[in-house]
Amino acid sequence: MGTVAAVRPSAAGRGAPTGDAIARWVALAFAASILVLALLLILQLWAGSADARHKFGWGFLTSSKWNPVTEEFGALPFLYGTVVTSFLALLISTPLGLGAAIFLSELAPARLSSALTFLIELLAAIPSVIYGLLAIFALVPLMRTTIEPFLKSHFGRLPLFKGVVFGLDYLTASLVLSVMTIPFVISVSREALLAVPREQREAALALGATRWESTWQVVVPHAKLGILGAIFLSLARALGETMAVTMVIGNSPSIRASLLAPGYTIAAVIANEFSEATGVYRGALVELGLVLFCLTILINALARLMIVATTRKGSKRA
Amino acid sequence: MKRSLAVFAGLLAGASMAPAQHINGAGATFPNPIYTKWFEEYHARNPVIAINYQSKGSGFGIAQLTAGTVDFGASDMPMTDVQIAALPVKAFHFPTVLGGVVPTYNLAGVTQPLKFSPETLAGIFLGTITKWNDAKLMKDNASVKFPNAEIVVIHRSDGSGTTFVFTDYLSKVSPDWKSKVGASTSVSWPAGLGGAGNEGVAGLVKQTPNAIGYVELIYAANNKMAYGSVKNADGAFVTASTASVSEAAAGAARDMPADFRVSITNAPGKGAYPISSFTWLLIPGKFADAAKGKAIKGFLQWMLADGQKEAAAMYYAPLPKEVVAMELKQLAAIQ
Repeated sequence: MGTVAAVRPSAAGRGAPTGDAIARWVALAFAASILVLALLLILQLWAGSADARHKFGWGFLTSSKWNPVTEEFGALPFLYGTVVTSFLALLISTPLGLGAAIFLSELAPARLSSALTFLIELLAAIPSVIYGLLAIFALVPLMRTTIEPFLKSHFGRLPLFKGVVFGLDYLTASLVLSVMTIPFVISVSREALLAVPREQREAALALGATRWESTWQVVVPHAKLGILGAIFLSLARALGETMAVTMVIGNSPSIRASLLAPGYTIAAVIANEFSEATGVYRGALVELGLVLFCLTILINALARLMIVATTRKGSKRA
Repeated sequence: MKRSLAVFAGLLAGASMAPAQHINGAGATFPNPIYTKWFEEYHARNPVIAINYQSKGSGFGIAQLTAGTVDFGASDMPMTDVQIAALPVKAFHFPTVLGGVVPTYNLAGVTQPLKFSPETLAGIFLGTITKWNDAKLMKDNASVKFPNAEIVVIHRSDGSGTTFVFTDYLSKVSPDWKSKVGASTSVSWPAGLGGAGNEGVAGLVKQTPNAIGYVELIYAANNKMAYGSVKNADGAFVTASTASVSEAAAGAARDMPADFRVSITNAPGKGAYPISSFTWLLIPGKFADAAKGKAIKGFLQWMLADGQKEAAAMYYAPLPKEVVAMELKQLAAIQ
């Protein structure tokens, strides 16, 4: 959309050279190819899941059975696990990441800031299977022997921390996901904070605001859109994460209130079971892919709505 | 440096003798190590024939064979009647080697191998036996001091032939398992946690105190893991080995169906290891390209004779003689 809008003024100019027209059509074709790709993706998921959709109908979304022997399939435990781990991960990574981004853009000396930024971008580039391995060998034993018994003995009355401790559960998966998403939150929010004009800060300081007041009441609200974008980008990554999650979540398709119980996510079950699945079983896995696709679209749509709502408020104020 | 140059020169020389006959196959991961070795060796003996094998799972192999995108498939479980009906060309099952599945565990202070009966194995994986000091386990292992600890059950999270063999065995020995869970490459597990692949299960068992899981014999043997013996149909506790797995096949060979679609779990025979299985190549009965058919027949002939001799060194159990003789008869039927 942006590309077309940006191209239009020059192409609309009188006596525009043919080069511009060609560039415009080429750019349009590139933009359209993204739409075509998304449509093909939906089409393929829709066609591939035909027999499963036919057999289970809407009940697929509300059933918590997953039995390849009797060919009864339902998406609910996977949907639950995906949403719980992703949101819990963001609950941890958003405040940490935002705090780090504020430090890097507003407070840290330039040298330190650029060195840290380099390290953070390095973190974002680590393949997820490496995070998974680190989690299995370092985090899981720590969770099983120290952290989870502590949680259980101190907060064991809450339904959130009940049950036998394995170290492979929603909580561990969420922690791994939070570590994986923090670099995204920091990196994108930092860009957004840096894009806030200097004058905004100077004006706030000139009005007698402290450094913190200028940061928290002027700079951060100004960069709100970018920060929201960072959060949703991280959420998308958490929803779709496969390898690291399947290695630490316990892979048990059940819905339990306790964060110390093993669970399963959509991406993990597809990766685990697809190669041996045939017939309706395969269809059900493809339908899970469709469900994940819809979930991502839904969340992105919500993000758009939120952005539209907040920008309207902003422009009214201005 | 010199060596890599030599290898490079070798590759070039190999490329100049381009194989005239390319054969593509896909399927089971369990026999992949020995298949890879066989195909390489056969290519070395017959440079004009090159066999390419994608080990992406039995289900994948059957799907590709049905779609007609490969020349042969491979599977750790016999094809079902429904799957056979969907094939474009009728295919033959050729058993190639045998494997076993062993229970492996992590119990601090227990050094001697544990003994498992069908009842205790089914009970543990059903979640009805939840503690190591259960009376049934203690009865079979009188000399072992079991801890008063919860059993942590570890199973495969990915669909696999190993799971099929293990659940097929449990379905045969436990009516409860048969009615509640059943046999398949993935099942709805009543208890426990899932790890991906043999290495995933082995890793979790090793790491989690009081855990029990199941892995392939080859994997356990290659990684020097401790595993228990299992009580067979004749009431003897048998430890898995290439010999005891082959014996299970010999016991089953007497009533081998003509199409080789047979499960040999819980096979009769005093020394037979009960959680054993064939793995099969799925070969179309008719090839449009006669030269290709001839090449595949040549390979199968070699595999049933010289190829078998390499199995035991890689911890695969070789086929019993009776089965080889039956397969040679079936080989003649390929056109």
